[in-house]
Amino acid sequence: MYRGEAAKVLGEAKVGDRIRVLKGERSYEGVLMPRSELGDDKHVVIKLDNGYNIGIEVTGARIERLAPAEAAKHAAFPEPEFLPDKPEITILGTGGTIASKIDYATGAVHPSFSTAEIINAVPELAQVARVRTKLLFNILSENMTPEHWKKIAREVAKELNGEAYGVVVAHGTDTMSFTAAALAFMLKNLTKPVVFVGSQRSSDRPSSDAALNLIAAAKVATSDLAEVVVVMHSTTQDTTCSIHRATKVRKMHSSRRDAFKSINALPLGEVGEEVRLFGNYKKRSEGEVYADTRLEERVALFKVYPGVNPELLEYCVDKCRGIVLEGTGLGHVPESLLPAIERAREEGVAMVMTTSTLYGRVDMKVYSTGRRLLNLGVIPGEDMLPEVAYVKLMHVLGVTQNYEEVCSLMMRNFAGEITERTLANAFY
Amino acid sequence: MEGLRVGFEIHQQLATRKLFCNCESELSEEEPELKIIRRLRPTQSELGEIDRAALQEYLKGKYYEYEVPEEVSCLVEMDEEPPHNVNIEAVKTALQVALLLNAQPVDEIHFMRKIVIDGSNTSGFQRTAIIAMDGYIETSQGKVRIPTICLEEEAARKIREEGSKTVYRLDRLGIPLIEISTSPDITSPEEAREVALKIGEILRATGKVKRGIGTIRQDINVSIAGGARVEIKGVQELNLIPKIIEKEAERQRKLIDIAQELKRRGVKEAQLELSPVDVSEIFASTQSKLVSRALSKGGIALAIKLPGFKGLIGGAKDEPRLGSELAQYARVKAGVGGIFHSDELPGYGISASEVEAVAEKLSLANNDAFVLVVEAREKALKAIEAVVERARYALKGVPEETRVAQSDASTRYMRPLPGAARMYPETDLAPFVVEDKLIAELRASLPELYEEKIARFVKQYNLSKELAAQVVRSPHAELFEELVAIAAKPRLVATTLIATLRELKREGYEVDRIREDSFRELFSAIAEGKLAKEAIPEVLKALSSSPESSVAEVMQKLGLEGFSEEEVRKLARRVIEERADFVRERGEGAAKPLMGVLMKELRGRVEGKVVMKILEEELRSYLKA
Repeated sequence: MYRGEAAKVLGEAKVGDRIRVLKGERSYEGVLMPRSELGDDKHVVIKLDNGYNIGIEVTGARIERLAPAEAAKHAAFPEPEFLPDKPEITILGTGGTIASKIDYATGAVHPSFSTAEIINAVPELAQVARVRTKLLFNILSENMTPEHWKKIAREVAKELNGEAYGVVVAHGTDTMSFTAAALAFMLKNLTKPVVFVGSQRSSDRPSSDAALNLIAAAKVATSDLAEVVVVMHSTTQDTTCSIHRATKVRKMHSSRRDAFKSINALPLGEVGEEVRLFGNYKKRSEGEVYADTRLEERVALFKVYPGVNPELLEYCVDKCRGIVLEGTGLGHVPESLLPAIERAREEGVAMVMTTSTLYGRVDMKVYSTGRRLLNLGVIPGEDMLPEVAYVKLMHVLGVTQNYEEVCSLMMRNFAGEITERTLANAFY
Repeated sequence: MEGLRVGFEIHQQLATRKLFCNCESELSEEEPELKIIRRLRPTQSELGEIDRAALQEYLKGKYYEYEVPEEVSCLVEMDEEPPHNVNIEAVKTALQVALLLNAQPVDEIHFMRKIVIDGSNTSGFQRTAIIAMDGYIETSQGKVRIPTICLEEEAARKIREEGSKTVYRLDRLGIPLIEISTSPDITSPEEAREVALKIGEILRATGKVKRGIGTIRQDINVSIAGGARVEIKGVQELNLIPKIIEKEAERQRKLIDIAQELKRRGVKEAQLELSPVDVSEIFASTQSKLVSRALSKGGIALAIKLPGFKGLIGGAKDEPRLGSELAQYARVKAGVGGIFHSDELPGYGISASEVEAVAEKLSLANNDAFVLVVEAREKALKAIEAVVERARYALKGVPEETRVAQSDASTRYMRPLPGAARMYPETDLAPFVVEDKLIAELRASLPELYEEKIARFVKQYNLSKELAAQVVRSPHAELFEELVAIAAKPRLVATTLIATLRELKREGYEVDRIREDSFRELFSAIAEGKLAKEAIPEVLKALSSSPESSVAEVMQKLGLEGFSEEEVRKLARRVIEERADFVRERGEGAAKPLMGVLMKELRGRVEGKVVMKILEEELRSYLKA
């Protein structure tokens, strides 16, 4: 928004107003645009009648307000028509760019999440299912908290125990795998598919991956699967989407469409025209789903690296009931961290070891550092992703804080987070 | 020409790296290994609506294959990474052009996303920004205004279409492009040529623009009084511009006349119904090979009445004809090869009695005409629809459209004039503040314009005006000055760069492959007397076939090296001694004939002047002794 010099010169003029900017012999007319967060406070931006925006430096400029902003118009969408023989699915909105509408004047992207809007934008969905949408909240995924996970879990359970044949959760991609993993642990007796979906290119762009991902997610939500999964582009092409198990998936690229990869496992399936499932997956069945939303939030994810300051870990020991270590290689830490780990053990803070290599299994028996850590009660996290171990530890500590029980629960496979046999083709 | 108004939209590629990534702005001629399939979905408009027609196209399965040559394209072109900061060199070049066009740079540059869903941009939009406004150039006819100068991304290169798939290559995508739009202030075809020439020269004066086919494109907007704005694309040849404009004006004149005549005849739009009649039976045993062949392939003969159009569709071959407009519409919209119309029938093997039969079946009145299409049913119907659509425009005069120029300066219908593009801010980029300091710097270092440079070359290097102009307009103006600094022989350098290269090229040598460094070595050798100017063509020929060789290597291979002054002296003495009698007889007058003998051995290896000087010295000292 305008501040400083620019705000002063603008005076009464508001974003959306038609204004004239007079500066020396120059004169520009157009609609006042909002200011980019990346811009300074010395320019005003107007949209000229030819559609282009330009910025005008305000020193010595005078603004004439020509007309007030026109009220935004929105088309009314027809009520979508569905095929009666299709299953019903619910799409829950939580934010992100999967379903959003561009404000062409300002470039701002607003969520658009009514059923009519979604079907208007992606009419193919009506061929897949009878869709109902529900916007839970609209936040950037980096602002997602364990409280949000709980709310999503409860809503999903409610939908699945109601009419929904499957649920799609539209979610920002940055922390999607955390939320998906949290639901995988919290939803007990899951008998239907819960499908997380997002987009890496916002839906205002013709090249957006949102529609293809959403259609694929809807198909998976009507499939034979009874797990929490993430469905996103398989490759950089707009051809197929991959179905990733929520506890094995990670965003591995900051910008590509195919950013999501299954780690230490192969995807559960692929979606082209049809859903193809392969490997071992839990099949759809009957029964009430239950959301166990107990979470111990005092858990930290601690990355180990050369030169790490032991005081940082000491601080975590003070503040937390559980710490997931992202160790080096097979699961090691520098000796300098051992006193803090020893104290953690004494104070009953659960410690779980994972590896910064992401790929592969931790094994603390091979080298002496590892053996010392085992003796200090550090729980080996097998081949769990650090983030998944973090979410799991919150869940487990929410249930019990007894060391022996925590230990055995952490090493038990709840939702496919631990791979018992890792095949060669799971590393690529 | 009455009420003629012409404007330009000139697109020029810059010779910098790409606009939003660090890839080189080069085309790649090899088919790359990486190819990706993508689709572009029509997005919601301002009101949240989606273009139904575009969505239908999408749902029908239209898709794109992008070829990704990795030496000149990265994740940015693939739409897999946000744009990097704008290329500052491209911005500077664009601003420089703006200043040369007397335009006012904007204070802050804002890139926009202009929606384009034909696949030519992987993102589905083109990034474009106004960088300056309110410029002008002076022509012999007066001022021509330039309201906007934009900096934008070049589109991907279309390779081919195969059914619902269109193949593009990403090498061209993202090359910086300056777009210069003039007002329709140009009033004569000749002035138009002058404007195009002048803007082209200004662009090239920066030394930062690309040269060669396809690197500059000029779209011409033409209208006449009572006509309409028609955009002509694909104009490659500057000299064709006046002719293209004349032809377009003539075409519009003719269309206005036709509209007036139709009005006089009282033809109304409502009469132009889309009610084609299947007349296949009439042609069951036709002599027309065109028709019988199409029918035997399962086609049908479909005819439509054009009431009141008789005599207005045809015309002389080299004149604009409504018939060709109808045919072009049918070709573009229905993909048919051609149509028949009654003004040109009987003809093409279609007999008078067949024409009569069609006329009867359509119950044509005196002034009515008809159009006949023989094609597969679907295609024929679409073609007739296109013909009727175009015939309706004929009642009004000139339709606004985009046409494409042909090599004979005629134009063909391409598509309707595009409406205002949907544009919204490119939020992935920060606004670019154009500091006063930057403008002051650019103003202080503006490149010399061609006219100024030509005048300077004439004065400073004593070149003829013609030669100076040729050097300045060539891509070698900068190199020329550098070489003169090395060898101090402006005329030799100029003729080498202009005439010699042109001749060698004509003889089929690939002189474009010769490196600039080779020219530097070449003229150093000449400056040092190691090489005679007569040998230049030989050396250049050799370099064009092995451009990686050094000049020294080439000289050695051609046996053009190794004559030091001492060796020349030795040779001169030998020649004098062998012809002692003759020398004594002629005295100093023997120099000229001896020179001939000497040069037989030295031609191309040592400069004639040098040889003469040495020979004269040796002769004198011999005679003295």
